[in-house]
Amino acid sequence: MSRLRISTPDEAQLTMEHLYLDLERHIAASAPGLCPVDLQISFLRLCHAQSCGKCVPCRVGLGQLQRLMTDVLENRATPQTLDLIEQTARNIEASADCAIGYDAARMVLNGLSGCREDYLSHIRRGRCAAGITQPVPCVALCPAGVDVPGYIALVGEGRYADAVRLIRKDNPFPTACAMVCEHPCEARCRRNMIDSAVNIRGIKRVAVDHAHADTVLVPSNEPSTGKRVAIVGGGPSGLSAAYYLALMGHRVDLYEEKPHLGGMLRYGIPAYRFPRERLQEDIDAILSTGIEVHMNVNVGKDVTIRELHEQFDAVYVAIGAQTNKKVGIEPDGKVREGNVISAVEMLRDVGMDRPIDLKGKRVVIVGGGNVAMDCTRTAIRLGASQVMVAYRRRRNDMTAMPEEVEGAIAEGAELITLNAPLKIETDEEGNVAALWVQPQICGAMDSQGRPRPVNSHEEPERIPCDVVITAIGQGIETAHFEEFGLEVKWGVLQTVDESLEGDIPGVFVGGDCVTGPATVIRAIAAGKVAAANIDEYLGFHHNISCDVEIPNANLADKKPCGRVNLREVGTGERRGSFEHIEKGMTDEEAAQECGRCLRCDHFGYGILKGGRNSRW
Amino acid sequence: MVNLKIDDKKVKVPEGTTVMEAAASMGIRIPSLCYLKEINEIAACRICLVELVGKDKLITSCNNVVQEGMEIYTNSPKVRSARRTNIQLLLSQHDSRCAICERSGNCNLQQISNDMGIVSNPFPDDWNVEPWPADFPLVRHSQKCIRCMRCVQVCDKVQGVGVWDIANTGGRTTIGVSGIRKIEQSDCVLCGQCVTHCPVAALHAREDWQQVIDAMADPEKITVVQIAPAVRTAWAEGLGIPREKATVGRLVAALRRLGFDYVFDTTFSADLTIMEEGSEFLARFDEIRESGKPMFTSCCPGWVRFVKSQYPDMVEQLSTAKSPQQMFGTIAKTYYAKLLNVDPKKIYCVSIMPCVAKKHEAAIPVMNDGGAGPDVDCVLTTRELARMIRADRIMVEALESEEFDLPLGVGTGAGVIFGSTGGVMEAALRSAYYLISGKNPAPDSFRIIREPEGWREGEFNMAGTKVKVAVVSGLANTRKLIEALRHGEARYDFVEVMACPGGCVGGGGQPIHDGEELAELRSQYLYELDQESPIRFSHENPAITQLYQDFLEKPMSHKAHELLHTDHEAWQMGR
Repeated sequence: MSRLRISTPDEAQLTMEHLYLDLERHIAASAPGLCPVDLQISFLRLCHAQSCGKCVPCRVGLGQLQRLMTDVLENRATPQTLDLIEQTARNIEASADCAIGYDAARMVLNGLSGCREDYLSHIRRGRCAAGITQPVPCVALCPAGVDVPGYIALVGEGRYADAVRLIRKDNPFPTACAMVCEHPCEARCRRNMIDSAVNIRGIKRVAVDHAHADTVLVPSNEPSTGKRVAIVGGGPSGLSAAYYLALMGHRVDLYEEKPHLGGMLRYGIPAYRFPRERLQEDIDAILSTGIEVHMNVNVGKDVTIRELHEQFDAVYVAIGAQTNKKVGIEPDGKVREGNVISAVEMLRDVGMDRPIDLKGKRVVIVGGGNVAMDCTRTAIRLGASQVMVAYRRRRNDMTAMPEEVEGAIAEGAELITLNAPLKIETDEEGNVAALWVQPQICGAMDSQGRPRPVNSHEEPERIPCDVVITAIGQGIETAHFEEFGLEVKWGVLQTVDESLEGDIPGVFVGGDCVTGPATVIRAIAAGKVAAANIDEYLGFHHNISCDVEIPNANLADKKPCGRVNLREVGTGERRGSFEHIEKGMTDEEAAQECGRCLRCDHFGYGILKGGRNSRW
Repeated sequence: MVNLKIDDKKVKVPEGTTVMEAAASMGIRIPSLCYLKEINEIAACRICLVELVGKDKLITSCNNVVQEGMEIYTNSPKVRSARRTNIQLLLSQHDSRCAICERSGNCNLQQISNDMGIVSNPFPDDWNVEPWPADFPLVRHSQKCIRCMRCVQVCDKVQGVGVWDIANTGGRTTIGVSGIRKIEQSDCVLCGQCVTHCPVAALHAREDWQQVIDAMADPEKITVVQIAPAVRTAWAEGLGIPREKATVGRLVAALRRLGFDYVFDTTFSADLTIMEEGSEFLARFDEIRESGKPMFTSCCPGWVRFVKSQYPDMVEQLSTAKSPQQMFGTIAKTYYAKLLNVDPKKIYCVSIMPCVAKKHEAAIPVMNDGGAGPDVDCVLTTRELARMIRADRIMVEALESEEFDLPLGVGTGAGVIFGSTGGVMEAALRSAYYLISGKNPAPDSFRIIREPEGWREGEFNMAGTKVKVAVVSGLANTRKLIEALRHGEARYDFVEVMACPGGCVGGGGQPIHDGEELAELRSQYLYELDQESPIRFSHENPAITQLYQDFLEKPMSHKAHELLHTDHEAWQMGR
């Protein structure tokens, strides 16, 4: 017998390790609308199986909680059962010896309070309060409800123009979403259960690379209704609404304060992520429906919203979030212009082809979101000698997409994390000399589950630099619309309900100016919703549909297969230019990736509840 | 055409053919449970599995179409094994006490299980009984439900009512009343289409025939039975005799053998309905023309429930004439009680109907104009009649033909076709023409509205006046028609609606044949009876003429109004 031994995992242990990973992926692929009570019992069963069995509350209590919760599902419970569940869980939480017991109890308590309506619905009516409404996970999670399995099947057959037509039924920006969509559709892709989510955005990119949006004709407009609609804002939301309203036969006048259309797609997202000529393809297709565009018109200065409301049958306000939020750090003296600027200004000026001169300068970007990364990578391309990102939390707390952070680092950015900006030091001429930061430690979780940064005991540090760019959020210019009578709360415009109607009849509001800065696809979805409800408001029931026939589902076995990720231009080449950095799939890759789609519109619940809304 | 091989045999079928259809074309019957062509192609039961050579996973044959070069095996070891397991799993959640089940002998699950020789199940029983109101005409037994979802789809797609929905998720997924409502508070029209499309006995109509047996045993009761036109087309479908031998005369004989004192024909009161409804139509004609709002027939209680729940503002457009069933009940407890010279309370009035909603109609509180309790005491479905015949072990083929009793057993060809979509309209037009012009039209003048489409229309010159009519069956079709009316896209004077596709012949109380739609075949039989009938006009029915002469005076008289018309607003649907 040896005194010590090296332990090597046996087959059963290795198998369990794989099963844990399988389980993680299955949980990730949970479809929206599942019974919360049933799932919580399943989680609790898992927690119970993790129990070592030593202590009473965990060994016995977690089992009894499962029984009580099962009573709720099987019509044996009363509201008093919920009291007993709560009391038992509190006692387990208070008395279990280790986290296996007390954290399982915490999950039960959170579920009980957060999903109380579902518990009560089971007790009172013997069934769930909600259910699965859209059976195809990717479609359910796309704010615009784009027919994802449909266009993947079309791309798989090389019918690229048909794919663009199908996407346009719900989203008139196929190119923008192929380039920069945050692809919420991929989050719960059922393919996660087998290996990993289908690269949905990548497949859309294949469609628009083969069939450029401006070469695919839009449907013809319905006969003219004689109604006139004004759209305020030429960003993705305003343009989407304009597109559908024009198709429905309404006359659309769109007002944009800047010299070009596209909103944040042009003035917020840098060209290396979304080339301007590709944006123009979407815009040209949208404008081909006959929208009347009024450029360089500021609603509020050049024309008032009141006038538009009087002159038009309906108005859609989609002004976006165009201003920068004030940073809490003030320079300790007068600052020369261009030394401290906001992300919005910096990116807008780049978008207007009059970029700030950063050649040879040391730049600090303050912030950790996608906009901060856009500024970082833009600063590198503008020739800054050193680009740093100051952020008060940890790298993995950043709200930016991980690939954006990786890209920035690869291009040479330095992350200065866990350092909260304190003040900006300037010299006598007002030139920025340094950013002072207070080191942090990551502390207790906030309510969103992100650790709160707390000042550490370390001394403040000085980061020498020439320019500070603040990327800590955007605001909305609401004043003019508030004066007109639209409600504003917490800095954003309010709607009466989910129809996006404002509290003045005939005025609809949507996009970033309602949600605060959000994603392109949410802005597009708001435009679609607004168009449908404006059409109803005007007394019509036009349908938007697409007659493209979707290929039959492929019967091939779905064997595990790696996901095709998009490659990028090498860092050496890309950091000096604003050329597009992401490369599309090859035809070979596209064929394989399209074949990975599980066609949830045909298999599973999709075929029962109609995996396809062919019109709206 | 697509070439493929099934079970090593080559076959060539048109593109778009499903694997199941391709197999059927060469005599291979692949079993299935949930599949209903064009209604439920959801591949849920996983019984119709086949093996596609080269693929690991089995595929369903019901909803996958053939591809060039496919090689399919319908009974490979893998298929046999998976199919057996899936049947056993279904059986574990199904109350399999077949001996006490009303669908025993007519149950696809039982059939497949028997055919596969499944005599034991490794999976223990795992079914539960969900509560259900005992007095509702439609019954759901959750312990028999196999979650094939056919009921959901039929109610959605064919009837456009959407009473059923999927409740819960995961292993607890089941069928529930949509919108988390209780069935008795829902807008269920009681058409029974979910019943006739249920592969097992999870859905069925409330069984009332024991009450009839009790009434027959009561020496104080005189049992009077009426049989609806559509019943004669289908009553013996489950009794093992060919359709041509299942004559009306044998049906009458069987009913006498069962013990009914008097056997009558709803065709009689269908003729009476035509007299009242036809006269009402002519009386309302100017108002109809002025308002552009057509009059609707009211003989289908499923349709009446539909209009009351979906378009309450249109209830006033329903004819006030009672349905033939209810007219019969009222006349039996008034006129006929007088003829018999008995206290109407002694009369126990039974009707045999192809319908579930008729059970509800007879129980409407205001349907008691005869003054002796409900005008119709008990409604049985065609299926219940067949069961009574089987229970008494009556050998139908050996029965001699018998005649209906007089006078409520006298009907015309016009009354007979009430059982088919378009029949009420055709009968009404035949008599309306006479009422307008004083002359009979050729009896088949209006046959254009016999076309099989769900919604059809015709315009007829009624002695100088053009009358535009429409006929619709199936409630999804009906909704389309009503929406067209409301949007001004259609304009009619008179519309006949029957809730069930094909009319009463396809009713929810008719015998069930899994996967088959027999309405058209049964309907042809009714039109044959009409052709052979010596009288083909309701107004020429001598028993009706007599009834007006001796009792009601004339159509739309004060008395006729009191007894034969009803206020559709006088009762509420559950809420």
